[in-house]
Amino acid sequence: MRIGIPKEIHAGERRVSSTPKTVQKLIDMGFEVVVEEGAGVAAEHYDEMYAQAGATLTDDVKSLWGESDIVLKVHSPQVHPGLGIHEADMIKEGGCLIGFIWPAQNQEILDKLNTRKASALAMDCVPRITRAQKVDALSAMANAAGYRAVIEAVNVYPRFLTGQSTAAGAIKPAKVLVIGAGVAGLAAIGAARALGAIVRAFDTRLEVGDQVRSMGAEFLELDFKEEGSGSGGYAKVMSDEFIEAEMKLFAQQAMEVDIIITTALIPGKPAPRLISAGMVESMREGSVIVDMAAQQGGNCALTQADKMIVHQGVRLVGYTDLASRMAIQTSWLYASTLVSMLDEMGGDEHFAIDLENDIVRGALVCHEGETTWPPPQAQPVVVATSQDEPSQEATPAAGPAEPKKKSNLGSVVVMIITAVALLALGRVAPSEFLSHFTVFVLACFVGWQVVWNVTPALHTPLMSVTNAISGIILIGGMLHLSGLEGQTDTLAVILGATAVFLAAINISGGFLVTRRMLQMFQK
Amino acid sequence: MQDNIATLPDGVVTFTSTVITYTGSPASISGIATVAYIIAAALFILSLAGLGHPKTSRKGNIYGMTGMLIALIATAFLLTTSGLMIFLAAMIPAAVIGAVLASRVKMTDMPQLVAMLHSFVGAAAVLVGFATLRGHNDLTGSALLIHNIEIFIGVCIGSITFTGSIIAYAKLDGKIGGKPLILPARHILNLIVILITIALGVMFAQAVGDHDMTKAMWVLGIATAITGLFGIHMVMAIGGADMPVVVSMLNSYSGWAAAAAGFMLSNDLLIITGALVGSSGAILSYIMCKGMNRSFISVILGGFGAAAGTTVVIEGEHTEIQVDGTVDLIRNAKSIVIVPGYGMAVAQAQHTLSEITKELEAAGIKIRFAIHPIAGRLPGHMNVLLAEAKISYDIVLEMDEINEDFPETDLVLVIGANDIVNPSALDDPGSPIAGMPVLEVWKAKDVIVMKRSMASGYAGIGNPLFVKSNTQMLFGDAKKNVDAILTAYRNC
Repeated sequence: MRIGIPKEIHAGERRVSSTPKTVQKLIDMGFEVVVEEGAGVAAEHYDEMYAQAGATLTDDVKSLWGESDIVLKVHSPQVHPGLGIHEADMIKEGGCLIGFIWPAQNQEILDKLNTRKASALAMDCVPRITRAQKVDALSAMANAAGYRAVIEAVNVYPRFLTGQSTAAGAIKPAKVLVIGAGVAGLAAIGAARALGAIVRAFDTRLEVGDQVRSMGAEFLELDFKEEGSGSGGYAKVMSDEFIEAEMKLFAQQAMEVDIIITTALIPGKPAPRLISAGMVESMREGSVIVDMAAQQGGNCALTQADKMIVHQGVRLVGYTDLASRMAIQTSWLYASTLVSMLDEMGGDEHFAIDLENDIVRGALVCHEGETTWPPPQAQPVVVATSQDEPSQEATPAAGPAEPKKKSNLGSVVVMIITAVALLALGRVAPSEFLSHFTVFVLACFVGWQVVWNVTPALHTPLMSVTNAISGIILIGGMLHLSGLEGQTDTLAVILGATAVFLAAINISGGFLVTRRMLQMFQK
Repeated sequence: MQDNIATLPDGVVTFTSTVITYTGSPASISGIATVAYIIAAALFILSLAGLGHPKTSRKGNIYGMTGMLIALIATAFLLTTSGLMIFLAAMIPAAVIGAVLASRVKMTDMPQLVAMLHSFVGAAAVLVGFATLRGHNDLTGSALLIHNIEIFIGVCIGSITFTGSIIAYAKLDGKIGGKPLILPARHILNLIVILITIALGVMFAQAVGDHDMTKAMWVLGIATAITGLFGIHMVMAIGGADMPVVVSMLNSYSGWAAAAAGFMLSNDLLIITGALVGSSGAILSYIMCKGMNRSFISVILGGFGAAAGTTVVIEGEHTEIQVDGTVDLIRNAKSIVIVPGYGMAVAQAQHTLSEITKELEAAGIKIRFAIHPIAGRLPGHMNVLLAEAKISYDIVLEMDEINEDFPETDLVLVIGANDIVNPSALDDPGSPIAGMPVLEVWKAKDVIVMKRSMASGYAGIGNPLFVKSNTQMLFGDAKKNVDAILTAYRNC
């Protein structure tokens, strides 16, 4: 199969979707690779390097798009400035596009791809599960961008970052505040620490505190309890009271710190406004704010996307191409995730769009003329702790909620049989039994729902407490004891009393042992 | 009068209005009991929900206790004076015995205790079933038939739970070997047992229909014995390494037994509670099966873990290391992961490990614990032990959380674990544990395996990890070795 690597046409984009190294890998996998002339120049990957790796070079953009089975892109398709044609219109009928697509913002791209009956895999929609980490282009890029944010900040910061005691006088280390401790935030913390700054970080998701501390930063907490974890390791929108407390913290921090790096994003929403104009003005002259959310509207009220401006002595950096500024390596990192994605899809020989594969299904935004985004939601069971460890979703519990096309018929048959059986039961059984049966079924569902969310660490105490609770059978024994006065069925009484005896051991033993275990669980 | 008494539970405990025939007593008592039962049921649900997170878990346990207390007191009000006396006489010593057991048990023996307690619930369900049969009733037609089926099912499930739990207890306690006992044609054997049980069920229903209570008793007795044998056979066929699932499954069965008892006594609280326990146990088993890459169905039917026994010959020489060498590696490591297994539990090494953890953390070394879902003999067994040793649950990670981190880990200490770190699960399709997710410790820079000898693990298979070039073996008792490590670390 033929893979096409076009030159990126988005203004300022330096990355390329395949480097000579990954072209080599693709060819080893059996693919044929065509690269547009000059595609990698901005990333210092020259045409002859691609040729050496085994790629064919072409200057015909139209045929590159129209004759490749798979096109690898960095940026989402847009109108080609030289040709005046939209890239998505050039794709081969039934072809396959893999790259960043951002389907929520780019509905018209999906429409165009659908008219070409093309399949598209959005690297920005890869599900955050353990198995998908090698395909996780967003994290790879965020890591680079977080590092670069610090470098850009330092570039315009007119002071030392590290503290020094010299004969001529002591220099205090700079204080850096990182808001949002996802992949980008953690990378920024690491970079700023390495340059000698004192780093603090804030995140609404309390569980990232340890990761922040592990990177050597102080984790700022509010005197306010609200858990900010949304699904898939991202943050969610917080309550008004929380935001108020948060703003107070930022206002206070703005007066203390020299550099603020904001990385706060909520999926599908404009970036939250965290730094007001007033806070900017309260900062010391020469301070820097790098707003990594500039593209989504900015975390700071005054940043301008793609620009560095100076407002009352404070430098506001709003570059949106931070990852692209390190195009040599970010191209390679990104291209590697694409190679992994193609590997996931079967390589050249077994290439297929497998809807049962959760990675492929998650990333697939259109297929055979239809929009397939958003994918059917699997219920995330355990909250992922951070963006660089999006692994917890792999708890087995996520399994049954995943869509399985094949079993549809089977489950329908089972449902019909169950319904028929229940109807038959309803015809013959007395109403008293049915009311008990209702209670029984409802209780089964309650138990089912309640237990899914238990953390594995507590499985033993849970089992021990359910064991104690199942000692409720004691009541069954008790009810036979009162047979004494009216009736002399001694045997029933003896049986009942024995049942009470056994169940009571179970109850007291079970609850107390659970209590013992739970007392040990501590932070 | 007899009939009145026999039907007494009906009136009092159902949420729907059945005929209340409690003679000479105000109906309000039964009303209060019903309300108390609703409260108890709600408390049980809150209890299970509370157990979902360490922060709320203690409250959850208190909810459970309160619910039980309310249920018992409410039921006690329904008893006659002499009934109450018998109740107290039976319950108080039993509660004391339970409390003593609970306070004396070592945390490492927790699985056995839980299995043993399950068997009590099973036995109680059988007894309640027989007692219910003794209580005559005036049911007719389909109501009588359903009542009979309820008794029969309750007794059978109870019997399976009883014997199965006893075998599980004996296996966990080492009283009988962990190796699965595989009878020839066991699936056909199981099928025959099921068919016989169904036939006995039909005979039982007929006998009760004919008011031939002696025959009914006999048939029920035979069914109890046969299902009891079934329970023994089922658990005997399961390999020791799969015991966590078995215990959880028996937990589920004990719940279903309680629910069946609720049906026969028309007691909604029993039904609700039994169903809660039954379904939660089933889910726990399911989660664990997923963790081991086994089919849930095959677990429910029993007889899994049967493939164990084929011994893979491991080629290559293992390298041995001493305590001093171990300490050197620890000192030079920046990040360490400890993988505890049943061996750590047996040796009671967790307290020393806790000390080591504190020392290393103080020295700036990143130390974490990796827990495989089936490490130990109960789900979450390792977590309980580490918690007992006051190791913060923040650094105790699940397999999925930590597997990706091994390549960046300098040193992995495997303490008394074997099958859960066996690479052949991933790369040898013929291995009995093929496909089971394992902790990929071999990706770390160095691995030290603490073991008593080169003997194979519970699954009875060799482990290629031990002969890998980055693996070194530290032989001896885990407790003694970690003590020695701690001493050596402090001294140098």
